[in-house]
Amino acid sequence: MKIRHTDHREEIKLEMTPMIDIVFQLLVFFVFTFKIILPEGDFNIRMPAASASQSSQPSETPLMKVRLRAAGDGSLSRVQLGDLAFDGKTPFYQLQSHIRGLIDDSAGPGSSEQEVELDCDYNLKYRYTINALTAITGYVDESGQQHKLIEKVRFAPVTKP
Amino acid sequence: MRVHKKKSLRIVEGDLTPMIDMTFQLIAFFMLVINFSDAEQDQRIKLPASELATPPTAPYEQPLTIHLMKSGTFVFGGNELKGLDSLQSALLRETQIIHRHTSKKVADVTVIIRADKDAKTGLVQEIIQICQNLHFERFALRGKQSDKLTLGGD
Repeated sequence: MKIRHTDHREEIKLEMTPMIDIVFQLLVFFVFTFKIILPEGDFNIRMPAASASQSSQPSETPLMKVRLRAAGDGSLSRVQLGDLAFDGKTPFYQLQSHIRGLIDDSAGPGSSEQEVELDCDYNLKYRYTINALTAITGYVDESGQQHKLIEKVRFAPVTKP
Repeated sequence: MRVHKKKSLRIVEGDLTPMIDMTFQLIAFFMLVINFSDAEQDQRIKLPASELATPPTAPYEQPLTIHLMKSGTFVFGGNELKGLDSLQSALLRETQIIHRHTSKKVADVTVIIRADKDAKTGLVQEIIQICQNLHFERFALRGKQSDKLTLGGD
């Protein structure tokens, strides 16, 4: 008996069009709903109520007072550390340099027991307060490493305009 | 008798389209449902930038987030609150929940304050004062991470 070899050339067709359609739909969906989430960070402050903080032992180091004065539109008009005023274009940088001179941060982070009270005008834009916090709490060196200066920061009682 | 074998020239087509469709639909579903971070953010708030604003090393345990918009409106628990009084009552409710349903102390709860860079500092201080009156002690003032130095200078 003669056996015939059947021709098994099976053609597999893949329909790409619907797949591409759905991929594009997904792409459009994600493009429209995409939100750039910027990295955020915190300044951690431990601030108990005034009565609780008064009961604790008073610190031996005198309290440093940083005053931030605002102009009518909420912009910064003056930065003061005690009686010392910082003027010019970079008052916060000057404040930071001054604090670095006062605090010996060579002993490592968190070595300072110094406490700072921030006295800000009510209308002052919040960005300046964060600038002041940055100047007081630390600095970043040339290599990009963070160094801490004063960690104990508190706000002065609010004075409404 | 001679047996004629039928030639099977039928095209075998593996229809993958429904499977791929279903897979993509599943991916879309999971991407919508999944939430990798529970960070509460509000796109209306433009945070002040700082090179020292570093993300917390460990996530806070059930933090409370208070948003303060440029207009002075507070956002707490997804609700827009117009005045400090309404924020105070919302926080008071929150402290009662903490007392009744958790073993945590209010002083151990971190209050995250996300204030707009152009918001009034006085309002941030008032938020802190309200929280202090309710015995909160830990505060995290949130800022935007910056690669550049924000204070100027050399």
